[in-house]
Amino acid sequence: MARVGVFVCHCGSNIGGTVDCAAVASAAREMPGVVHASDYKYMCSEPGQRLIQDKIAAEQLDRVVVASCSPRMHEPTFRRTVAAAGVNPYRMEMANLREHCSWVHGDKPVATAKAVEIVGMLVAKALRDEALRPGRAELSKRLLVIGGGIAGIQAALDVANAGYEVTLVERTPTIGGKMAMLDKTFPTLDCSACILTPLMVDVVQHPKIRLMTSAEVEEVHGFVGNFDVTLRQKARYVDHAVCNGCGTCWGKCPVKDVVSEFDQGMGARTAVYLPFPQAIPNKPVIDAAHCRSIAYREAQARQAAEQGLSPEQATKLRPVGPDGKKLPPCGICEKLCTTKAIRFDDEDALVTERFGAIVVASGYDLFMLDGSHDEQLAPEERKPYYGEYGYGRHPDVITALQLERLMNASGPTKGEVVRPSDGKHPRAVVFIACVGSRDEKVGRPYCSKICCMYTAKQAIMLREHDPRVESYVFYMDLRAGGRSYDEFTRRAQEVYGAHYLRGRVSRVYRKGERYVVQGYDGLLGRPVEIEADLVVLANGVTSARGSVELMQKLSISYDGYGFINEAHVKLRPVETNTAGIYLAGCAAGPKDIPDTVSQASAAAAKVAGLFARPFIETEPTIAEVLAQRCVACHLCDEVCPYGAVTFVEQKGGRLAAQINPAVCKGCGVCAAGCRGRAIVLHGFNDQQLLAEVESLFARPLPLRPARRQPEPLIAE
Amino acid sequence: MNAYSYYPGCSLHGTAVEYGLSTEAVCQALGVELREVDDWNCCGASSAHVANRWLAHGLVARNMRLARATGLRDLVIPCAACFARFKETQAALADPETAAAIEEVAGGAVPRDLTIDPLLAILSEPGLLAKLQAAVVRPLAGLKLAPYYGCLLTRPPEVARFDDPEDPQTLDRLLRVLGAEVVSWPGKTACCGSSLALSRTEVVLDLSHQLLAWAEEAGADAIATACPMCHSNLDMRQGQMRRAGKGDHALPVYYFTELVGVALGIGNSELGISRHLVEAAALLGRVPAGTRS
Repeated sequence: MARVGVFVCHCGSNIGGTVDCAAVASAAREMPGVVHASDYKYMCSEPGQRLIQDKIAAEQLDRVVVASCSPRMHEPTFRRTVAAAGVNPYRMEMANLREHCSWVHGDKPVATAKAVEIVGMLVAKALRDEALRPGRAELSKRLLVIGGGIAGIQAALDVANAGYEVTLVERTPTIGGKMAMLDKTFPTLDCSACILTPLMVDVVQHPKIRLMTSAEVEEVHGFVGNFDVTLRQKARYVDHAVCNGCGTCWGKCPVKDVVSEFDQGMGARTAVYLPFPQAIPNKPVIDAAHCRSIAYREAQARQAAEQGLSPEQATKLRPVGPDGKKLPPCGICEKLCTTKAIRFDDEDALVTERFGAIVVASGYDLFMLDGSHDEQLAPEERKPYYGEYGYGRHPDVITALQLERLMNASGPTKGEVVRPSDGKHPRAVVFIACVGSRDEKVGRPYCSKICCMYTAKQAIMLREHDPRVESYVFYMDLRAGGRSYDEFTRRAQEVYGAHYLRGRVSRVYRKGERYVVQGYDGLLGRPVEIEADLVVLANGVTSARGSVELMQKLSISYDGYGFINEAHVKLRPVETNTAGIYLAGCAAGPKDIPDTVSQASAAAAKVAGLFARPFIETEPTIAEVLAQRCVACHLCDEVCPYGAVTFVEQKGGRLAAQINPAVCKGCGVCAAGCRGRAIVLHGFNDQQLLAEVESLFARPLPLRPARRQPEPLIAE
Repeated sequence: MNAYSYYPGCSLHGTAVEYGLSTEAVCQALGVELREVDDWNCCGASSAHVANRWLAHGLVARNMRLARATGLRDLVIPCAACFARFKETQAALADPETAAAIEEVAGGAVPRDLTIDPLLAILSEPGLLAKLQAAVVRPLAGLKLAPYYGCLLTRPPEVARFDDPEDPQTLDRLLRVLGAEVVSWPGKTACCGSSLALSRTEVVLDLSHQLLAWAEEAGADAIATACPMCHSNLDMRQGQMRRAGKGDHALPVYYFTELVGVALGIGNSELGISRHLVEAAALLGRVPAGTRS
């Protein structure tokens, strides 16, 4: 005979304030199968858990109903509690009296009556709970890190140093991310390159790390311990196994006017290029969109096909460009390369590998004023933002990252801060804060967190570069929460003389060679005009291009802005809602470098903890097919979202479905869909669910106040 | 033949009579038929919408009903203030509850299939712009113009849905088609002070003075506008500004339709150019007479 114990939690006043918990416990004592019921202030606390364990022993309980909160947070807690006292953890049920009752009701008698009903349902279910045992699955102890910025670098190094194999994929030709573009870092003014580039070298030299640049995640299947990931190594046209990075190719490349992505458009690069001198790997790639040789080969192949030429005739065809002129075959880099590393016929390659865990460190992009990052909109629907600042119209209105490149000693101007329009040194520089931050109008109501600080840093650095520079900062609020941060913004004002004006800018217009910035000074309470030589926009943080697509491939949850949702904001900040997939850095929202590195190391610790286990325990609450009842109608296969169903020949040659326990997530769609009731969802089988429903409708409702008649559930 | 129902509003019959004259002359020359809305009433601009929301919507809604009664679906409105009022009410109709209230005030169903465009948009449609280009007989060569859109044509952008709210280009393109040189200046969508002319004149003098100064600084010979309110502030108050010590301006301010008319070879008197307060005929006299027949 089953012996059920019911434990009603007050959750402080969360439940106790709206539900009479003692009354619920005494009503539970009357329920069939219940031999003990009690209530306590905090059932998840040590005394609460001890109460459950003591009563299991004293009353010889074999099933437990904890009437408290949602199972999301504490089902694992109470499963451990009962297991330690010798009860099968799958014979512990949680009756949700908080989210499903006290938080959504105000009337205590009514809420109490409903709480009794909820407890009754779970008691009815518990009486039919099977004793389940978790399964086991293999655990591949290899980590995939997506993104080679500081977050991905840190996570990869930490896990590799713990002794596990790591593959780091980065979609651009170099690791280093945004941090590599920076000149100095706040609040210590460390040189960004001096603290980052050694880590980049560590990555490439680490025996446990395999680095894949110019590579992207194509497909992800599987589950924790067993992710099968297909990676796309994009064509680089340079064989990095052979190349020695001598630099002859990019020194001699005749295409010298390609806009440099790394320099944020402030400089130019060649078609075969190294993104920046300290790039890792320190070997070039060819940009197919700008390479003359590749254009020549593509045009040759296309025009030969149009003319119906044979392959050997095709190689002799001299292709012409859109202007009708003959295209140059170029091939200079190929001729000059001493190691014969140039491969004009390189192609994308796909490789599928198994990883036990994934760290998503895919980073961020800066808010772009042309609206190009609004990937949810069709290109023709994207609109430019902040036309009043004249970005794109006025050459000397630049973004903060562009200024960073100008200040950087290895940048396009070798660290000279000059105006893009005329190369003159600016004397008056206006900063505009919160461009694409805290602004509903541009769909970014969140604070980007880093801009107040980097603006103060840039104001300081401008003075360091040239003591004659006057900086003016239009800001909304100064957000400098962090160790030594507020002191830093004060230093910008008090020591470096930056003028801070609290207000927004309404217009930037050209006046001769200079610009007039019109704004409002909220502290003076009047409009102000400032003549500037250079205007710097402090762009906010937006999710990285393609991030939503990546999150969907990974089946992890993300918010309306394309940032990853943490499994629990406070208690599981580096885990996603998918087991075995962790997060680090700005992929989960704006962060500065210290926070990003902390998160990366935290994610690495989680991965190391996972990899320290011998195998993966799998949930037993999954579906199972009763082969003798299955007619192989294939409906389960059609509805299964995880592809867990296969068909196996039975005795006598007929087919029956089989569910792979390692792939099944226990969603129950197949069990609900099965016409022959041939599928059992363990932990939620038909008997359990029907018992819950029967309990709700068959039982007289003892605590419902007589004067309140229940609303009919179904309109008559 | 393009046909539109036409809502002139009070300005084009009063203070901006030259805008009305030139609109009709130009449309006739380009084969655009304007069918004036019968028995139209005030659009409510500058006072009704700050006094009573339902009065404002009701006035426009009545006009919309009458406009649809012309049998045409496309309504053209030269005045930027009227245009803004119409678009505001049209946007309000999207909400069923508000729409019901508006229809109650207006005394009947308000058409939802009316397209409402400023005259500037109509004349800048690719087809008409090409026709205009072909019809230019007296290009405004050598004339440097500051295109002035004012605040109402493009804003609020989600209601007006016309061109870029900060850096619109429609008028720039049109003026270039006429052969004029368009100067780059910061005042394109800045406020002239609008109806504060009556209650706080000094604000209008400041703002309009700023606009004229910007245009002069940019080297413009004149300002081209599409708004009667802007025109009256900019054209009428230059003397007042001088007396108040705000610059010594003598900058002609034209309606864009007048400039289109000149380029099409229509005479000054037919366009109403003599009706300006700042002398406006002399500058146009510098434009060489037409060479094409």
